Amino acid sequence: MQRYLLSRLIQSVVLMIGVLVLVFFIVRLTGDPARLMMPRDASPENIQAFREAMGFDAPLHVQFFNYMRGALTGDFGRSLHYRAPAMSLVVERIPATLELALAALFFALVVSIPLGIIGGTRPGSIWDTLCRGIGLIGQTVPNFWLALMLIVFFSVELRWFPTFGRDGLRSLVLPAIALGFFPLGKFTRLVRASVLEIRNEDYIRTAYSKGLLEQHILTRHIFRNVAITLVSIVGVQFGYMLGGSIYIESIFAWPGIGRMVNEAVQARDFPLVQAIAVFTAGFVVLLNLLTDIAYAVIDPRIRYEN
Amino acid sequence: MNSNVNSNKNDKPILEVRDLHVRFDTVDGVIYAVNGVSFDLYPGETLGVVGESGSGKSVTMMSLLRLIPEPPGRIVSGTARFRSREDDLDLLQLNMRQRAKIRGNRIGFIFQDPMSSLNPLITIGEQIKESLERHTKWRGPEARQRVVELLEHVGIPDPDARYGNYPHQFSGGMRQRVMIAIAIACDPDIIIADEPTTALDVTVQAQIVDLTRRLSEELGIAVIWISHDLGVVAGIAERVMVMYGGTVVETGVVDDLYAHPRHPYTVGLLGALPKLHENVPELVNISGTPPSLFAAPSRCPFEPRCPWAFKTCRERRPALESVQRDGHFSACWYDMEKDKPREVRR
Ligand SMILES: Nc1ncnc2c1ncn2[C@@H]1O[C@H](COP(=O)(O)OP(=O)(O)OP(=O)(O)O)[C@@H](O)[C@H]1O
Ligand code: SF4
Ligand SMILES: [Mg+2]
Repeated sequence: MQRYLLSRLIQSVVLMIGVLVLVFFIVRLTGDPARLMMPRDASPENIQAFREAMGFDAPLHVQFFNYMRGALTGDFGRSLHYRAPAMSLVVERIPATLELALAALFFALVVSIPLGIIGGTRPGSIWDTLCRGIGLIGQTVPNFWLALMLIVFFSVELRWFPTFGRDGLRSLVLPAIALGFFPLGKFTRLVRASVLEIRNEDYIRTAYSKGLLEQHILTRHIFRNVAITLVSIVGVQFGYMLGGSIYIESIFAWPGIGRMVNEAVQARDFPLVQAIAVFTAGFVVLLNLLTDIAYAVIDPRIRYEN
Repeated sequence: MNSNVNSNKNDKPILEVRDLHVRFDTVDGVIYAVNGVSFDLYPGETLGVVGESGSGKSVTMMSLLRLIPEPPGRIVSGTARFRSREDDLDLLQLNMRQRAKIRGNRIGFIFQDPMSSLNPLITIGEQIKESLERHTKWRGPEARQRVVELLEHVGIPDPDARYGNYPHQFSGGMRQRVMIAIAIACDPDIIIADEPTTALDVTVQAQIVDLTRRLSEELGIAVIWISHDLGVVAGIAERVMVMYGGTVVETGVVDDLYAHPRHPYTVGLLGALPKLHENVPELVNISGTPPSLFAAPSRCPFEPRCPWAFKTCRERRPALESVQRDGHFSACWYDMEKDKPREVRR
């Protein structure tokens, strides 16, 4: 167990360093980062001034050294647009984004797990048809379209929820549903398939042969095994949700990182984009690590691995 | 078939299966997996069940407590009278709850592959305790103590420490011992063991056979032992039942049946050279393919592969009939002892 966790931890650190290096070089890939970052109609003097201000005129290895030193202390330079330290801008937005992503995840799990289990235990039934239908819809309906439909129906027509902004629980409902709908479809399909598969396992037949009751077999024997498959995809989907929230946060004017990406890209605010990229990548790496830890908690075969 | 002639025991059978029919509805058509199987099991005895792959051994035994997948499986007809000290009931008439009370309690099961038959995420101790807590009054620490005793009983060293281990921490043989502990946990009347040694290597096989025999004698449990291996069956069973194409073709006391096989299929299985008559063809390896199960047998299912086949075999299906020695039955139109077709009663 310790060795397993240590190796995963080292893996994460290496991955993170890789991300930092990659971000550094991607900006410089075109040769001249100053020209890339400045507006197209900027004068050569302005560009030169900017180049010096940003330190792009120093030798590459000096730039790299400065960049890495900054990165380790969380310093990714100042946002050109907001004129504030880029990383602290990102950090300010974390609670809103996390709140939305967690709410969306919660919604997706709470609906998909029971649905997938019902579908998987009664294949061919009406419930199963419903389960498969929702799985399909969840995966085919684009979330920005869904967001607009939700706004039109629940906010404009029924006036149940605000149309935009982050103001208490009620404002969270629609964006969370819009963002959580795709993972909901994905989880439903996965849980259903996984229940179907596990029900055919020999150890489930053993459980029945012991005279255990359906309910007990479901919770004690089937669901734990389904959880392993579920954990593997929840982390990945959570990472995607951060990306997917670019649209959703923009549509609902949700003051999170997703909306800031939009603004930063449009303003060519490279230090900010960089900080967001590093933060998001770091978050995904962290999710991976958490997923691996969850595996170990659920699965003794990993826990007792030599 | 007449009951109760076929045992040297005076008891009534603990299990009387009559005319069991089981089918599978598949996309390719209906599979007639079990076609009118009847047999008796007496208290405390071990009945070996042999037959080639697909002959319906597992489906027959798993159907008794509906452990086949339904659908596609379908138990069409039959009775399975289970008669123990407390119960006298037809297993096939039980509802789900009643069945769950018999499973693992009065009738225990052991399966072929000990690697996949235990839940990888639950400690073996818990997997045994689960059964106890379902069917007995044992709870908590007392149940745990009982599980430790069971583990000791089936020969698992250091049982107290092993209680909290997971299946992957055991070898195949040890896992099969755990399965046996589960099967005997609630002091059952019958254990159904479906090829319990097939997945194990030879030395371990012998240990599992010995253990099962010892336990069944000690605890007075009747055992149905399904196997491919006639040698293993000879070592553990008192009586044997030979299946072919979803039917019982021959049954009898092991020594008698092995020494005097009466059904051409059994003769082939035993690889024996029939010495009854000169012109009898040799039948060491059974040539030909297993029967198609896509139609209900209307003739002798072994007819296409049988060297003795004659006209009647193609027209009518033979029933199990007593052959001279007590408790020896064969379903064949040909009388091997007299070396001529049997007289057909109307
Ligand atoms: N789930 C199923 N779906 C469809 N057909 C099945 C199913 N299970 C069993 N059968 C059919 O029933 C027949 C009898 O199978 P069974 O498992 O009883 O054979 P067996 O004698 O136990 O063979 P083996 O020695 O291979 O275990 C097989 O020919 C198979 O086609
Ligand atoms: S009934 Fe006929 S075909 Fe069938 S086993 Fe006997 S002799 Fe052979
Ligand atoms: Mg079988």
